[in-house]
Amino acid sequence: MSVDTTAVEKKSLFTPFNIIATIILIAGAIVTVMRFTGGLGAVTNLDQNNPWGIWIGFDLMCGVALAAGGYTTSAACYVFGLKKYHSAVRPAILTAFLGYALVVFALHYDVGQPWRLTYPLFVQNGTTSLLFEVGLCVFLYLTVLFIEFTPALFEWLGMTKIRNIVVKLTLALTIMGVVLSTLHQSSLGALFTIAPSKLHPLWYSQYLPVFFFVSSICAGLSMVIFEGTLSHKPMHHLMDEEYLNNHDGLILGFGKAASLVLFGYFSIKVIGLAYDNNWHYLTTGYGAWYLVEMLGFVALPSFLYAIGVRDKNITVIKWAAGLTVLGIIVNRFNISMVAFNYQLPSAERYWPSWGEITISLFVVTIGVLVFRFISTRMPIFHEHPDYKEEH
Amino acid sequence: MLRRTFLGLLGAAGASVALPVSAKAGGKSFGPHPDTLGVLFDATRCIGCRKCELACNEVNELPAPDKKFDDLSVLDTKRRTDEKTLTVVNKYESSKGSVFRKMQCNHCLEPACASACFVKAFKKEHNGPVSYDASVCVGCRYCMVACPFEIPAYEYDEPLTPRVMKCTMCAPRLAEGKLPGCVERCPKEALTFGLRKDLIKIARARITTYPDRYVDHIYGETEMGGTSWMYISGVPFSEIGMREDLGTKSAPELTAGALAAVPIVVGMWPVLLGGIYAVSKRKDKIANDERVAAVKDALTRAGEEAEKKLHDELSKADVANQRRIEVEVKKAVEEALAPKEEEAETNEEES
Repeated sequence: MSVDTTAVEKKSLFTPFNIIATIILIAGAIVTVMRFTGGLGAVTNLDQNNPWGIWIGFDLMCGVALAAGGYTTSAACYVFGLKKYHSAVRPAILTAFLGYALVVFALHYDVGQPWRLTYPLFVQNGTTSLLFEVGLCVFLYLTVLFIEFTPALFEWLGMTKIRNIVVKLTLALTIMGVVLSTLHQSSLGALFTIAPSKLHPLWYSQYLPVFFFVSSICAGLSMVIFEGTLSHKPMHHLMDEEYLNNHDGLILGFGKAASLVLFGYFSIKVIGLAYDNNWHYLTTGYGAWYLVEMLGFVALPSFLYAIGVRDKNITVIKWAAGLTVLGIIVNRFNISMVAFNYQLPSAERYWPSWGEITISLFVVTIGVLVFRFISTRMPIFHEHPDYKEEH
Repeated sequence: MLRRTFLGLLGAAGASVALPVSAKAGGKSFGPHPDTLGVLFDATRCIGCRKCELACNEVNELPAPDKKFDDLSVLDTKRRTDEKTLTVVNKYESSKGSVFRKMQCNHCLEPACASACFVKAFKKEHNGPVSYDASVCVGCRYCMVACPFEIPAYEYDEPLTPRVMKCTMCAPRLAEGKLPGCVERCPKEALTFGLRKDLIKIARARITTYPDRYVDHIYGETEMGGTSWMYISGVPFSEIGMREDLGTKSAPELTAGALAAVPIVVGMWPVLLGGIYAVSKRKDKIANDERVAAVKDALTRAGEEAEKKLHDELSKADVANQRRIEVEVKKAVEEALAPKEEEAETNEEES
């Protein structure tokens, strides 16, 4: 198998993917220099009315939501005892770890003084702030995810003793992961509860933390399907029989769960709408966009998932997963940018600059490259031969 | 030291987050500090001369503006506070003609910025000002997201030490016993400085004395939980660019629910998940036990059956053997007796 790997890599040096990735990395490096020599103003379209742009809306909000596969999969496998999903845990944990690490990396661009990022934790705790909760959870959860990831690393390095110790911690780590994810996913939504005057009523709700948490489960389940689909072709030679045999079963199981959770999410969103009595906004322009989000990106994928599961049609499920992932991005964009500052005249609204888009692409590219580097070397899609049949 | 901070912070994640907030969330209200100072702005007196802007610029040693402060043409465009301008006067065309309104930090009693800041860079001083400590600011700009009055501004063009900039209520001058720069310079007494509780009385007196001149509302008395700067006006506040839909809930009240959920999640989730784990594990164990028992049962049953079969077969074989022996014996007897008693043999066969 190792022969296989090197053969593929030698071939792939000048692939279209590598060429595009290189261009993005160079562009990212240039913007990085501009950002840290000229300040935020030099590369972003942020202004006094719009302090948060796509570096928060995409890199942070979407990054965290789409990394939810880590806690959903490990909870399904270890807490709920669904052992057949075991082969999906490692790819999901790796994705979550990289996702969170990249969120922290991207934050270094967005905050004014990144060298002070540990100040809230170690210098002065602003415990009344929801952003403090976000920061604390990211810090702790990143640590938990790293420890959850280390067995793959230790197996690769042949460090059996310490690997076995970490494996014994699996359940405790999984529960900590779920606790931290619950808090952290929901606190991202809760960040906006402080600004009822700025966020459009259709998106503002006291239930924002709940909405964010429940939708993160949809995101997690869908991301596992979506990403399994993406990595299936390029990583196929690395996947062992267990992974491949369980793949379709996993897609069916996760698809069924996603259908139900999306339906539940739709229901609580309607309850939120009814609680605040915001029905009359549905006839406005924002209302139309809200309906697109709710019907096209929540109800439709829930329905597609249900059909796919009933007919055992993997293709439909995969499309539903892609739609849900896109829907999560739409939702987080709506809350952090589209419906935020809705009262401002259009001339004062935010639109991302090329510099911001470049950095976001840069961050995603780094993520894909690191994921490829790790999963082609460490036992992610297959079990290490020394540790088979252990669970 | 570091370790202690860290341990403290772990505790803070659970219990202490709930404490200061739940005190507020619990509906206990203590009102503003009695020493809280403030400023009352009277829109019927402001003539848009921009002297307050000039004073602010000088007192805070801010960079010179693009257009001079005596150039009143800037009033024709809508402006907001920014990193170089901590106060701004705008002109509004209202039902009663042109009205001018000054804006700056309102120094809320329960400031959104202070409650939102994750390093406590903002602090409501008991005598009024909401102070800002640039030495801990990380530059996350959540204060700007949180502020309902859109006041904090950021030094976006500063690469290394960007700060959040906003009116300080001239806290250093207050400490020296002086008036805030803008109040001191205002030629029309549109700005009145004093204890907040006195300002409310003054405002109410003016409204009562001239009911035709004023709208019956003191903006800032209750908005967002109350502010140190307050406004009275002759036209509805929405006509001079002030939002009337902010409500009376302070920013900490808005986020109290979400924060109060933290210790609940920390406490409940491990219990629930541990329970689910125990149940699923128990289910597995029972299923496994049942499987083992069923296999054992099946094995014994199969064994018994096999034995029975064997026994049956053996006994069948016995009978068959016996019969065969009998037949053989009979045959032998017949053969022996055949030549002698042929008649008797036929008789036997028939029976």
